[in-house]
Amino acid sequence: MAATYDITMNAGNPTQNSSTPAVAVQDIEKTFGTHKVLNGVSLKVNRGETLAVLGRSGTGKSVLLRLIIGLDQPDSGSVCIHGQNLAGLSLDQMGSIRKKMGFLFQHAALYDSLTVAENVAFPLQHHRRDMSRSEQSDRVRQLLAEVGMDGALDRMPSDISGGMQKRVGLARALVLEPDILLLDEPTAGLDPISSGEIDDLVLQLQHEHHMASIVVTHDMHSAKTIATRIALLDKGNVLIEGSFQELQQSENTFVKEFLKQS
Amino acid sequence: MNEHQATVSASPPLSERETMSISSAFSAVADMALGPFEWFGNLGIFFWQVVRAAVTPPFEWRELVRQLDEVGSKSLPLVALAGAAIGVVISLEARYSLSRFGAKSLFPATLVYSVVQVMGPVITGLVVSGRVGAGMGAELASMKVTEQIDAIEASAINPFRLLAATRILACILMLPLLTLAADACGLMTGWFAQALVEPLSFHQFIESGFKGATFNAFLPPTFKTTVYGLIIGLIACFQGMRTRGGAEGVGRAATNSVVLASLFLILADVVLVKFILVVFP
Repeated sequence: MAATYDITMNAGNPTQNSSTPAVAVQDIEKTFGTHKVLNGVSLKVNRGETLAVLGRSGTGKSVLLRLIIGLDQPDSGSVCIHGQNLAGLSLDQMGSIRKKMGFLFQHAALYDSLTVAENVAFPLQHHRRDMSRSEQSDRVRQLLAEVGMDGALDRMPSDISGGMQKRVGLARALVLEPDILLLDEPTAGLDPISSGEIDDLVLQLQHEHHMASIVVTHDMHSAKTIATRIALLDKGNVLIEGSFQELQQSENTFVKEFLKQS
Repeated sequence: MNEHQATVSASPPLSERETMSISSAFSAVADMALGPFEWFGNLGIFFWQVVRAAVTPPFEWRELVRQLDEVGSKSLPLVALAGAAIGVVISLEARYSLSRFGAKSLFPATLVYSVVQVMGPVITGLVVSGRVGAGMGAELASMKVTEQIDAIEASAINPFRLLAATRILACILMLPLLTLAADACGLMTGWFAQALVEPLSFHQFIESGFKGATFNAFLPPTFKTTVYGLIIGLIACFQGMRTRGGAEGVGRAATNSVVLASLFLILADVVLVKFILVVFP
């Protein structure tokens, strides 16, 4: 897969203190009806780090990502992006923060009335009106080539497989050159070769642009490959957080069972 | 203590299950009673979010133009057909009724006033409510359940500005124009239906029909359809953007969009007619 990524658009935030975590989640709780999915979760991710979040289905991993991007609000606790608390921000204020974040949804969430190329171009058309049409088009082609979808520019989302939709979704998440990347099951539905290519792309982004990434995944191989740290959620809490080697050394029964089944 | 008192004091307390059943029943009744208020409250919050988004830049001009085409030009054939049908119906009914009372000379004015003041606006509103309301409600509901609206928001784009404000504004701007089209078709077919029985030139028909007409008679009823457009767009967007429940939710959103928009449109017509009669006597 091509290894190119233009950094000219990524000015970063000059007022950020280098010690300020890119993402800081503190004691967040979230309940849906009578079901408490998150019960005091705290996490920090710095620039250049990739945190893989693992856990059984239904343990709130995707909810955690939605709270970080601000699509849902926690019942208590705080979410800070580059030191900015998201609580009480208006939709337009959140928009300023989200411009530097990329989000890949679990089912890609492509706009089904737009082609593959139009889907990836959509954020550019709204936020980079300083770019000409041809510059936007070049950027879209470059990104789709990086995710292996450059042959499907004019196809509709309904005409491509779920795995292909996921790759297009990843390209869309990267189009504004975010410095925080949130990926919900990025390799789900992909064959092993494509999964490896996606892992390589995430690693490249981390190394070249010091992006802070949070990856929700069930793929332990992918987590081992791309993550600098792994957090295992269980019953709404972070059961353990550390490198893969540290997880392997844990005596916790659930951790051992989880690693064995992965 | 007598025997009765002993019987009463010995009645077993309610079991936990019975207590929960009674509590659930009370909750259900309270939810039913408070439900409409909650719905209107949420509608008010949604409307405020849309207004705030609509008046702050960046404006979504391209999407607005797309919606003007979707609401306006794509509804035109159906609205014109409905207006034409109404014109024929009113013509047939008016001719019969006026003949009975020896007032056939009033036919042109009767047709013109009936179509332009009453039937044209209402029929246009109901037709657009059915076509546009259902389409908008279903489209936005489908986007909601497939997380496309969340994806728009995650891309730092205000969905109230991009999706709701453009659609509501398109409905507000297009309804009066569609009403004029329906009125024109209704008058033409109404005249044609009459001319088949009793020869009457179109020029005579128009001159007689609009004789003595003033601004107050025709423009306010046409421009009241801007309120219809607001109702149709607002209800459809509200129902669509807060959908839950997959395919069933999408169907429910489409149905509710049409039913509620039509209902509120008719109720609004009652208020607006009175308002016009008072303000434009």
